Amino acid sequence: MKKTLFDKIWEKHIVREVQDDLYVLYIDKHLIHEVTSPQAFASLEKRGLKVLRPQQILATADHNVPTTDQDLPIKDDLSAKQVALLTENCKKHGIELFGLGHPYQGIVHVIGPELGITQPGMTIVCGDSHTSTHGAFGTVAFGIGTSEVEMVLATQCLLQTKPRQMRIEVNGTLSSGVTAKDVILYIISQLGTGGATGHFVEYSGNTIRTLSMEGRMTVCNMSIEMGARGGLIAPDEITFNYLEGKPFAPKGHEWEKAKNKWSFLTTDDGAHFDKIYHFQAENIPPMVTYGTHPGMGIPVDVAVPFLNSTGQEASGEGLEKALNYMGLQSGQFMSGIPVQHVFIGSCTNARVEDFRLAASVVKGKKKHDRIRALIVPGSQQVAKQLSEEGLDKIFEEAGFVIRQPGCSACLAMNGDTIPSGEYCVSTSNRNFEGRQGNGARTILASPLTAALACITGEISDIRSYPFTHINN
Amino acid sequence: MNPINIIQSTFVPLPIENVDTDQIIPARFLKSSEKEGFGTHLFNDWRYLPDGTPNPDFVLNKSKYSGEILVAGKNFGCGSSREHAAWALAGQGFRAVVSSYFADIFQNNALNNGLLPVQVTQPFLQEIFAQKSESTLTINLYDCWIQIDKTGSRCQFPISSYKQECLLNGFSDIDYLISMESEIEAYEKNTRATA
Ligand code: SF4
Repeated sequence: MKKTLFDKIWEKHIVREVQDDLYVLYIDKHLIHEVTSPQAFASLEKRGLKVLRPQQILATADHNVPTTDQDLPIKDDLSAKQVALLTENCKKHGIELFGLGHPYQGIVHVIGPELGITQPGMTIVCGDSHTSTHGAFGTVAFGIGTSEVEMVLATQCLLQTKPRQMRIEVNGTLSSGVTAKDVILYIISQLGTGGATGHFVEYSGNTIRTLSMEGRMTVCNMSIEMGARGGLIAPDEITFNYLEGKPFAPKGHEWEKAKNKWSFLTTDDGAHFDKIYHFQAENIPPMVTYGTHPGMGIPVDVAVPFLNSTGQEASGEGLEKALNYMGLQSGQFMSGIPVQHVFIGSCTNARVEDFRLAASVVKGKKKHDRIRALIVPGSQQVAKQLSEEGLDKIFEEAGFVIRQPGCSACLAMNGDTIPSGEYCVSTSNRNFEGRQGNGARTILASPLTAALACITGEISDIRSYPFTHINN
Repeated sequence: MNPINIIQSTFVPLPIENVDTDQIIPARFLKSSEKEGFGTHLFNDWRYLPDGTPNPDFVLNKSKYSGEILVAGKNFGCGSSREHAAWALAGQGFRAVVSSYFADIFQNNALNNGLLPVQVTQPFLQEIFAQKSESTLTINLYDCWIQIDKTGSRCQFPISSYKQECLLNGFSDIDYLISMESEIEAYEKNTRATA
């Protein structure tokens, strides 16, 4: 039987087949954070249960932490309580916590990979939908709810139905100014927000193969935005090179053994997928969103769709409601729209490569007067890299202040919000109504497009703007 | 978890597609470390005007609509994995949500909280919306159908037999998993040996 990469990982983790398509699945790594875990610990204790495998759990504080003065007590009482509860629960159950002030603290999906905790062939879960990010390493990684967090705490297992499988192949060479973010925004605009519901997606093709690990993470991260349970990419030399020497990656002889094992993690030729899509890299332009879900994306130089358009997601009421919320009109061009805020951050685009891209555009320029920018590294490690590479200087000279790591304005829980009615070009993953604050108008884009908006003060086309890539 | 078998109730129509969990419960209300108390913030930013008073145009604020069943447009519950969405719906008194399809994580979260996701065909969904508030709905979990009582029109809905049994009896997954402890340990030993 020919198998997909997904099949291979899934089958290795079956503890019991309950009935047709329903399995008890073993979880290798469980990541937890302060917002979706307190109720799970409370319920666990109520049942009188203990944490079964604390050494397979990693905790961090990211969703609801301030991005300034992290060394001081948290001002917001409820946030302080969530972080204190996490600390207490970790201590009580012997779980490693990379909390505020720890050199490894950061957004849960940024730190797992950069520390080498995320490794090919694993099953990984977290009470957060963007757990799909870890799929970039050839893992089966998916988001779960709090009841499921409790189940994994108690048993290291979950009851799961096996999802259907989809392959998305992208081939060809990306044009200059087009990034991994544009690739995934383009794919979601074609498939729609529900286009992959019930499926796990494998991304393949030579465009995906040539993406860096950071780029692959950006792609897998947003799988959930088309409804997919998760996304994954077969590991290869790029994956191994990224992982080698990372703090938690295997070392010496173990490393060679692991690499050898991982090299078998591929989809067999002719393995079955329920759906297959092909895209050509040359057709992918820099993308921006105009509406209130990530499927409402268009090329930066194209007009907002008309109300009578029959596009998959752009039917009738949804589009009208979205445009009203966004303060946009059918037929209007996105480029040239003045914006007030730029957010460069989140588990989608807050790794060092993303800041190199942004810095390439900003270097030697000053920010536009109108712009308030939030530059939020994904982790302490990323923040350290920014200063090591002198990227922080480039941003400071342009007039930006770099914040401390956390989810920040991606979900705006911590007070980093966008005021009602104002536009924010954001490198995050969701443009839902109110996501960045009540009434906030989010325009999703790549780090290049976001950085360019900082300089021009409006949505602009990176293809008509000269810049030199900063490499490490 | 309270068992579910038959739910008969009037319904609240929300004919909006792609209702995401940020709409169901905005992130700024996730700061509580409890499972209770989210009901008052269900659909907060649609339900209340900026000054905090109820928005008279939103369905939950119209006296004409009430009941234990929410009927919503396709792809209900997309976005964040926050289980607070299911807690908020249950907190508001809903016992079932009907749509033509649900986002995967939301569906699991709902099931884990005894909130029944009822997946119907798109035409049947339109049939329900056409009823306005004039008919009750009956959901029968024994035989997996939902009926518009006024017309007698019915639609079967899918659910795994395992989940059906759990809901009918008020069992939850965690009970099942805990009972497997020795099997889980055996799995661990076995994989370590072959690694
Ligand atoms: S950055 Fe945003 S999407 Fe990512 S984990 Fe944090 S809140 Fe979720």
